[in-house]
Amino acid sequence: MRDLHANLKTRHALGPFEPRRANLGFVTVPAERLRGLLTELRDVHGFTHLVLLTAVDWMEDGLFQLTYLMNDRAGDRTLGVRVMLNRDEAVGEDMHDLWPTAATYQRELKEMFGIDFPGSPRVDEEFILEGWTDLPPYRRDFDSLAYSQQTYAERPGRVTHDPRAHMKSKLYPEG
Amino acid sequence: MKDIDERFQKNRDRTVPLREELRPRTVTTPDGQEILIEPLKDYFCEAAPKVHPKAYFQIVENFYNWARANSLWILGFGTGCGAIEMRPLMTPRFDAYRYGVQWRPTPRQANLLIISGYLSVKTLKRAIRAYEQMQGPKYVIGLGSCTINGGMYWDSYNTIKRLDAYLPVDLYIAGCMPRPEALLAGFMELKKLIRAGKAEGANKYAENFATYKAAQKSVIKDWDMPDYNW
Repeated sequence: MRDLHANLKTRHALGPFEPRRANLGFVTVPAERLRGLLTELRDVHGFTHLVLLTAVDWMEDGLFQLTYLMNDRAGDRTLGVRVMLNRDEAVGEDMHDLWPTAATYQRELKEMFGIDFPGSPRVDEEFILEGWTDLPPYRRDFDSLAYSQQTYAERPGRVTHDPRAHMKSKLYPEG
Repeated sequence: MKDIDERFQKNRDRTVPLREELRPRTVTTPDGQEILIEPLKDYFCEAAPKVHPKAYFQIVENFYNWARANSLWILGFGTGCGAIEMRPLMTPRFDAYRYGVQWRPTPRQANLLIISGYLSVKTLKRAIRAYEQMQGPKYVIGLGSCTINGGMYWDSYNTIKRLDAYLPVDLYIAGCMPRPEALLAGFMELKKLIRAGKAEGANKYAENFATYKAAQKSVIKDWDMPDYNW
């Protein structure tokens, strides 16, 4: 994996290599170099399988992080390629021509995080939610509890106990 | 629960436009006529549900209730994880059929809707449709804590927390999840309610139809069906 990183580092302007295990590591790449890197990984280095495409919301830094997790089955190694996107106008690059499954992930990211992927098939259609009118719900500035309190009818009388204090009072009522 | 958190304000202004194929429109037929098509009105009856009156003699009503109590036909519509607890009831081990309880494949053939766990807004829409298509007398059982007060989905952005705000519930079975034995006990309890003439959910729904519709429409933003579809 380190050899691979050294090989690709200068040509694709990669960030430092972050190993997790002997056969798992992560690397960050500038957004404009992403397609070149993924294509080379797929066609030259044997990373033929896109395991998943997911996003992390770094709200404080104003960034979305996309992670393309790619697997080389023959070599038994997995590489996560990270891209940082601007959170305010989050537009990622459409990769469905490299892996058709990417289109599904991109639809999900569009709906749940509001990251657009222009050119991806059916990316503007509803994916799981129906008639959603608020912020994309996986964004961290979307407050799930407040939204559910403001939206759904609630039955009064629900209480929450701190487990530690509750068990203490149950087991040792004298204190 | 604590007071409603007002720091985050949900978007109340945005509405979801009706799907294009459901909007009223004028079309020209092959022989040149212009006709108006309203997909939500053309294929459905618009009449709201009516309250089913009791029989004039109490003894007749009691007889009806006895008969109703002995035919609980469940709509095989599993929502959430609780549906898995209904499967053992169909097996020889628990054998719900000996109590006159059986599962049917379509709403038209069933008179008991079991909401078996959490209901997302998307599923609520289907549950309402299924419930309204069932023929009276019909009953609803809420299964598990999710239907009672939200259960573990109490802070979810997409699941309702209290079923009886949206559908008339005759009986709740508590638990997360209730065991098949609890379901059998629940069926026995529902039978008692029906025989006592207290399982009047369908009539309650007809009486408070406007209230129920308002509550349903407040959470289902893309309302793309007629107000009452049966």
